[in-house]
Amino acid sequence: MTFFKQAGAIFWKDVLTEFRTKDAVTSMLLFGLLVILMFHFAFEPDSMETARFGPGLLWMTFLFAGLLGMNRAFAGERENDGLQGLKLAPISSGAIYLGKMIANLCFMLLVEAVILFCFAFFFNFNLLPRLGWMCGITLLGTLGFASIGTILAAVSMNTRMSDVMLPILLLPIALPVVIGAVESTAAIFTDPPGEALGFWVKFLVAFNIIFITLPLMMFEYVLEE
Amino acid sequence: MNRNLLAWATCATMLLSLYAIFMYAPTELTMGAVQRIFYFHFASHWVNFLAIFCVFIYSVRFLIKRDRELDIKASSAAEVGLLFATIGLLTGMFWAKPVWGIWWTWDPRLTSFFVLWLIYWGYLMLRRLVESPEQRARLSAVFGVLGAVDVPIIYVSNRVWRTQHPQPVIGGGEGSGLDPRMGWVVALSFLAFTLLYFYLWKMRQDLERAQETVESLTRQSQFKGFA
Repeated sequence: MTFFKQAGAIFWKDVLTEFRTKDAVTSMLLFGLLVILMFHFAFEPDSMETARFGPGLLWMTFLFAGLLGMNRAFAGERENDGLQGLKLAPISSGAIYLGKMIANLCFMLLVEAVILFCFAFFFNFNLLPRLGWMCGITLLGTLGFASIGTILAAVSMNTRMSDVMLPILLLPIALPVVIGAVESTAAIFTDPPGEALGFWVKFLVAFNIIFITLPLMMFEYVLEE
Repeated sequence: MNRNLLAWATCATMLLSLYAIFMYAPTELTMGAVQRIFYFHFASHWVNFLAIFCVFIYSVRFLIKRDRELDIKASSAAEVGLLFATIGLLTGMFWAKPVWGIWWTWDPRLTSFFVLWLIYWGYLMLRRLVESPEQRARLSAVFGVLGAVDVPIIYVSNRVWRTQHPQPVIGGGEGSGLDPRMGWVVALSFLAFTLLYFYLWKMRQDLERAQETVESLTRQSQFKGFA
């Protein structure tokens, strides 16, 4: 099997398990909706304020929902010693990483699509003219978060308080993604898109390149026993 | 370097730089005497960088060579780094209050150092929460590399992020042109803090090794008790 076929197999396995249990996606989704509800009561934003606070709100929701999902990604493997099976399988650790990462990415994107829709719906925010950019930025930001999150989820899985450890390790490292994603979203939320957009998109691409390559190289050290 | 020699050298340069900071360095024109905190502040942040660099180098080397010694070096550097990061942040706040009128501002440099401080904490927390020593070394080395690589990226992102917005407070750094006497004092405090760093780092490593010996002796005696 080639590297990408191996990664594909891992990805498909995760998608199937998720499809059968629907644990991660459901909890992420509900969490996201709850944040939107809380946001409404905490700020009662008018349309100006929605444009002003929207980018931050959206990305906070995406990231915390993503954290929930990422914690699940390896917890399931640990419960039934599935990780042992993965390690014994004749596939490279990079492929395991890539498969898991893309699975996490897809779950997050799925949830984010629904949250975005609800955000536009509940706050009367016209997302349609910006939809293309929004999809691109969401993809880039989520990719960066998932790429670094997947390896750190595997790291924190081995600790005594894995649920708490993941945010502590992940959020400081993911800060550049947060800044990049929020700033570029803010740039498209203003009416002529802000001029900073180009820079932040390039920045996100650069971050993704670094933080996909590095975990690909280092993931074998995390899995070792 | 021999440890005693290092201790004496640190002590001597520390005293010398203290004298230089309070007696030799001229008083800054606008900020007055409080500006002298700059020599401590700047030097401890330099050591902070040095420490994260050591964490990076020794973590990478550990992952390649798997030598326990390298793990001890990396983790000790992180602990000493956290100490200096804290000193750097605190001295910065004490300086900011009288000069800028506020304890804290989200300036790119301040934010970056704050995040670095959090990364050190995460690294040390991670080490505490992993049971097996071998696994602890491996996982923290992975996190050490990721964290260290992230530091310059965090700085760049913060810097650009801030220049997009009007700044409420403009940095009150030394500006252009340092009095040559001030330059000498900075160099001396750099040297003193660097020596202090290496001394503490060495001490921390010795402590770690001693702890390990004690642990293995305890295990042996327990084993004998059973037999």
